[in-house]
Amino acid sequence: MIRTIQASQITDAVTDLFLKANRFIGDDVLDSITSAMEVEPSPQGKAVLNQLIQNYEIAKEELMPVCQDTGMAVVFIEIGQDVHIANGGLEEAINEGVRQAYEKGYLRKSVVGDPLFNRTNTKDNTPAIIYPRIVPGDKVHILAVAKGFGSENMSALKMLVPADGIEGVKKFILQTVENAGPNPCPPIVVGVGIGGTFELAALMAKRMTAAPLTRRNKNPEYAALEDELLEKINKLGIGPAGIGGQTTALKVNIASAATHIAGLPVAVNICCHAARHAETTI
Amino acid sequence: MDKSIRIQLPLDDKTVRSLKAGDSVLLSGSLYTGRDAAHKRLIELLDKGEKLPIDIDGQVIYYVGPAPAQPGHPVGSAGPTTSYRMDPYTPRLIELGLKGMVGKGKRNQAVIDAMKKHGAVYFGAVGGAAALIAKSITKVEVVAYPDLGAEAIHRFEIKDFPAVVLIDAEGNNMYEIGPALYKKIDV
Ligand code: SF4
Repeated sequence: MIRTIQASQITDAVTDLFLKANRFIGDDVLDSITSAMEVEPSPQGKAVLNQLIQNYEIAKEELMPVCQDTGMAVVFIEIGQDVHIANGGLEEAINEGVRQAYEKGYLRKSVVGDPLFNRTNTKDNTPAIIYPRIVPGDKVHILAVAKGFGSENMSALKMLVPADGIEGVKKFILQTVENAGPNPCPPIVVGVGIGGTFELAALMAKRMTAAPLTRRNKNPEYAALEDELLEKINKLGIGPAGIGGQTTALKVNIASAATHIAGLPVAVNICCHAARHAETTI
Repeated sequence: MDKSIRIQLPLDDKTVRSLKAGDSVLLSGSLYTGRDAAHKRLIELLDKGEKLPIDIDGQVIYYVGPAPAQPGHPVGSAGPTTSYRMDPYTPRLIELGLKGMVGKGKRNQAVIDAMKKHGAVYFGAVGGAAALIAKSITKVEVVAYPDLGAEAIHRFEIKDFPAVVLIDAEGNNMYEIGPALYKKIDV
């Protein structure tokens, strides 16, 4: 049985998701920062965390964006193979949703049409970056991510070789976070992709920045690696806003994939505490 | 945060010299905004030997591109952007009398040297505390480059804008002092 979904339904869903993501921080972030504040030894670090919590409250009450950098719109969309999208193109439906959200929500339009020669603002925050996947079933799942660039600019990818091993991977991740220092607005969420190809590693890392902070990796070895890295990152001293302390990251989320016998790609996508994402199923 | 020092903007030399890295401050008065595109235009004017559209002597620049204002608000969310992108332009402006910057993130040595030589201070606002910060901005007007939208040069009136002295006029740097206290491992 083919299920028909109107392109306009996709547009409406995308609009709602970007409004929600930009205005309301997830409970996972709020809970994580609240508990970090209790144990943060640096008084100034504590004061920063307190400001962040107040900021989330103000944003929620006044329907203001949590951060003025309302990001580039990244959309992960899983489309059931029994779905027919009617009366409009999928990409245009998504872009129209982004356009409406950024206009209606007084969100900042931060996209330029050409990266190098003509950096003119497109004025509606499109195009969105869209990652579609065809999956079994008759549903459409949309994950909307508003990705700020203060943290995006601090991200890195390295093609390690098998001999670099687990130690090499740890070192690269820790170095990336240390180099980033205060720039990505710590406390940060660290999305990591290990394996696959050059671009798959980066894509997995991006997806991991939008995974819940309460996520427990199903693979015990990777779960232990996530815990170890988080502990080490929080010993780097960077702290809230980078002015010193132990709350540098809230979570390390790792995704892995099969790779080539000659390779060990590692991508680290850093996201600020304003980890803004929202999802829905149609 | 209860020991915050109240600072009036624009800044004079005495105030600049009195501030120490790590001080919590509440800024009131007026400052200008500017980020990448506006800085680029300012420096292009200087290269051509032309006059700047604003007199920056004694002034403070806040690196921000605010979100659009909702009806009834002077400004939308307005937290700091990462400052290093302005590093290539900043020493020239400090030479011309710029006394302070508000932003987030590290500065390069050329900026710090210019701050020491001419007496300027770098304040940090909390990145991502943008809705909270907007509460301390009471009036907004565009003073140059309206075509740049959020990136235009604005003049903000502010009241008790919360910030920390990140780098003082002696070059003491909170991004070195603070983390050194809590660093427990080397990578
Ligand atoms: S890194 Fe995140 S919190 Fe910081 S300014 Fe950018 S979007 Fe906002």
